[in-house]
Amino acid sequence: MDGDLMSYSQLIEKMLAGDKRSCAKLITAVENDPEKAEKIIREIHQYTGKAHIIGITGPPGAGKSTLTDKIVKKLISQGNKVAVIAVDPTSPYSGGSILGDRIRMQDLALNPDVFIRSMGTRGYLGGLSKYTKNALKILDAAGYNHIIIETVGVGQSEVDVVKIADTIVMVMVPGLGDDIQSIKAGIMEIGDIFVINKSDLFGADRTALEVNMMLDLTMEMDRRPPVVKVTAVKNEGIDDLVNEIKEHLNYLKESRKLEERRKANIKLEVLELMEEQLRKIAISHTDSENKLEDEVIEILNKNKNAYEVRDKLLKGMGTHLRESL
Amino acid sequence: MKRPIRVLIAKPGLDGHDRGAKVIARALRDAGMEVIYTGLRQTPEQIVAAAVQEDVDVVGLSLLSGAHNYLFPKVADLLKEQGVDDVLIIGGGVIPNEDIQGLKEAGISEIFTPGTPTAKMIEYIKNNLKRI
Repeated sequence: MDGDLMSYSQLIEKMLAGDKRSCAKLITAVENDPEKAEKIIREIHQYTGKAHIIGITGPPGAGKSTLTDKIVKKLISQGNKVAVIAVDPTSPYSGGSILGDRIRMQDLALNPDVFIRSMGTRGYLGGLSKYTKNALKILDAAGYNHIIIETVGVGQSEVDVVKIADTIVMVMVPGLGDDIQSIKAGIMEIGDIFVINKSDLFGADRTALEVNMMLDLTMEMDRRPPVVKVTAVKNEGIDDLVNEIKEHLNYLKESRKLEERRKANIKLEVLELMEEQLRKIAISHTDSENKLEDEVIEILNKNKNAYEVRDKLLKGMGTHLRESL
Repeated sequence: MKRPIRVLIAKPGLDGHDRGAKVIARALRDAGMEVIYTGLRQTPEQIVAAAVQEDVDVVGLSLLSGAHNYLFPKVADLLKEQGVDDVLIIGGGVIPNEDIQGLKEAGISEIFTPGTPTAKMIEYIKNNLKRI
C-alpha cells in the first residue's frame, strides 16, 4: 500500500513537471480505482482551479470533435496549453466502447502543448463519465490553462457538463427539427454560447433565427448568449467563436459569476461524495447482520412499510457510522 | 478492481483501407474493451503519442500496404524510446509468413493474418497483457 502511494507521489511530481505519461497514468488511476482517486485528488487539489473549463455539447454528428480540433488549434496559436477530454458512449451490453473523437484531431497528437484523452461513459448517463471531473483536476494541475470537455452526443436532457464547466458551448446543426425543439427544456437551457455548425448547409439561417428567437423569449437573463455561425471543416467562424469563449470568461470574472458557479459545483461535489460514502456505509451496515433481509420479509408481508424500516435501520446505524469514518 | 482493457487501433502509413481495422475495433468493443481508433494515415510518432496520452494496454497496428517491415518496428522502437514497456503490441494485415519472425524479434508480440477469427485475437489479448 505504501509503495503504491509512493509511486503515485512520484507520478504527481512528474505530472506537475509536465510529463505526459505520468499525467496519463494518473488519469487511468482515477478512472478505475476510487481509493487511488481519493489519494491522488487529495494531493493535487492545491494545484487545481486555474484552467478555463469549456464544455462542448450537442447532438451526435453535430461536429463537436471537428469543432474542438479547430478551437484547440486557435487557442494554441495564441500561446495556450490545451487539454481535451473526449467522451464517447460505453455499450450497456458488453461494457466496451469505440472512442473515435481523436480521428478529428489527428494533427494535434504531437503538439507539445496539447493533451487529448478519450473516455467511455461507463454506464453514466449525464453525457459524461463519472470520472471526468477527477481527470479534469489532473489536467488542470498539469498546467493546461484551457480544458475542453467534449460530451457524448446528447439528446435532450444530458446536462451534467454544467456541473464541471465554466463555459458551455452548445453545438447545433441545421435540419434537426422545427422551432418547437428550441423552446423545450433541457440542453437548450444550458448554453452560454450557441454555435450553428455546418453553416454552409441549407437551413442554417433558419436554425440560427429560431435559436435567436428562443433566446429573445427569455425575459430574465443576466447575459444573452450569442449565436455564432461556423463551418468547422472549413475553419470558418472559429475566430469569432474563440473570441466569444474568451468574452464569456471575462463576463464570468467581472460579474463574479465564475466564483458563484464554481462554489455551486463544489457544493454539489461534496454532497455527491457524502452520498456515495453514506451509501457504502449503509450497505455494509445492513449487510453486516443480514438486517435488511428480515425486514424485507416484514415489508413483503405487510407487517411494516418501507419508510418505517428506513427509519429503524438509520437509527441503528449511528455507531456504525462513527466507526466507519 | 476490474477495469476495461484499453486498446489503440492504428493504421500507420499511406494505406487507405480500414474496413479490417473497423471490424477488429467492433469485435474488441463487443468483447468489453475500450477501443480508441485514431483513423487513417498515421505516422509512427502520432501513434505513439496517442498511446501515451490514452495510457492504453494494447497497441494494435493494421497495415495492408506492404510497409509493415518498416512501420511496425518503428512504432515498437519509439515506444521503447519513451520508456513505455508495459504495452502489448500486436499487428495485422496482409503480412507474408516469412516476415512474421522478424517482426516478432522487433517487438511485435503477435501477427494476425487474414482469416484469423476475432475470438482468437481477443483471447490472445486477454492472456498476454503486460500489466494487470
